[in-house]
Amino acid sequence: MPAEALKCKECHSTYPLDASYVCEQCFGPLEVSYDHSALDDAPALRRKVQAGPPSIWRYADFLPFPQRPQTALDAGLTPLIRSERLAERLGVGEVWVKNDAANPTHSFKDRVVSVAVAKAKELGYEVVACASTGNLANAVAAHAAAAGLESFVFVPADLEEQKILATGVYGTHLVAVNGNYDDVNRLCTELSSEHPWAFVNVNLRPYYAEGSKTLGFEIAEQLGFELPDRVVVPVASGSLFTRIASGFEEWLELGLLEGRLPTFNGAQAEGCAPVAEAFAAGADVCRPIRNPHTIAKSLAIGNPADGVFALDLARRTGGSIDAVADDEIVEGIRLLAETTGIFTETAGGVTTAVLAKLAQRGDIGSDERVVLVITGEGLKTLDAVRDVVTVHEVEPTAASFAATVPAPAGVR
Amino acid sequence: MGVTVKIPTQLRTLTGNEAETEVEGASVGEALDALFDRYDGLRDRITEDGELRRFVNVYVGGEDIRFGSGLDTPVQEGDEITILPAVAGGS
Repeated sequence: MPAEALKCKECHSTYPLDASYVCEQCFGPLEVSYDHSALDDAPALRRKVQAGPPSIWRYADFLPFPQRPQTALDAGLTPLIRSERLAERLGVGEVWVKNDAANPTHSFKDRVVSVAVAKAKELGYEVVACASTGNLANAVAAHAAAAGLESFVFVPADLEEQKILATGVYGTHLVAVNGNYDDVNRLCTELSSEHPWAFVNVNLRPYYAEGSKTLGFEIAEQLGFELPDRVVVPVASGSLFTRIASGFEEWLELGLLEGRLPTFNGAQAEGCAPVAEAFAAGADVCRPIRNPHTIAKSLAIGNPADGVFALDLARRTGGSIDAVADDEIVEGIRLLAETTGIFTETAGGVTTAVLAKLAQRGDIGSDERVVLVITGEGLKTLDAVRDVVTVHEVEPTAASFAATVPAPAGVR
Repeated sequence: MGVTVKIPTQLRTLTGNEAETEVEGASVGEALDALFDRYDGLRDRITEDGELRRFVNVYVGGEDIRFGSGLDTPVQEGDEITILPAVAGGS
């Protein structure tokens, strides 16, 4: 069994592989540590991955399970598409879009929840739960339903209606908390001490976080087992950002990949940018944001759990953490839609806008291969584009059409 | 009557499984000092060089003390101090 223990990221104390997430000595975060000594044949490992199922479970050798789990709702193996039109508009060499909206509940959260729910079942839990800004809520409710587990999902009460409805429909216990995400998170951390439940992003967090590595594995596999030069990733808690790097690093160590870690650029919204602000200030800890206010609600975490590790990753790879304003986010959504045909939610608008900012600033070399990580679906945050879409209303006559609708302007 | 301090699961081995306790103090720092005097070993788990460890969050009435005056944040009789690990959560 390759996963051997939970290990503190700070002081390296080790713990058994059960539902704990925090070091009893120093309160540092626990993560899964592996014994990969048996995985020494890189070409065979690559072939095994390629012959695996069309889901994250093709990477089961690198996930914390004794054998490949059987799950009812599979995630992963989403498209990685090269967009010449987006590259051209930005004036950069090569841009690839990893469209993780193409998951069962339309966000990358299906990856982490697949892993966490499989672990919850293995550990014998009957109830799963989470604190969520929406996408995680969708995923937990759906994967619990498919697995036949009961679920409790806690969200901030002001969440987008689309995300509330697309969670409730799965028959979960949906709890809307009068407060922001950090209040919801604090409540769930407290409740996790009182109830024998698997909170996917609290007491199962070490396993949950492993699910994000699969996004790194997949990008590398889809590029023909090569690393990109740069990745642009949204940052909320910082977990996805840092775990994509863990995936790359693990495969570099095992010889499945060659070269070095790409430049990591993190993307935040100005209305909630604790990591970007710490990056700009040269600080190595994040000052929490008290009242996040941005249209990118899925990134509105004022007190990011992995903020310090995100800062470290951006700095040691020569990257950055940047923030963009709400109007730039909407522009980002439109830019991606107009050039790639992919309609992303506000978080993807943040990521695309940060990519545009990097291009404008001249940070991106003309020979670079850049991967833009799109984590969620535009239909979940429709309000963001309500005011920027033009509809031509006409009578059902050719004359009315001719009088009202402008002639084609030529594609940009 | 004083201030109530809620202890997270991870520290209850040091408090004889007590989930909460009452202490006296006019600030969070004073209340925690009183707590540390009562339970051996707790001080080093929560603080390092007199400051909160970076993965420990402390709340007064649900408000993170890092938004207030840190350990100097005043507390009144009847207030509730909650100690929680900071590493939970993800969007």
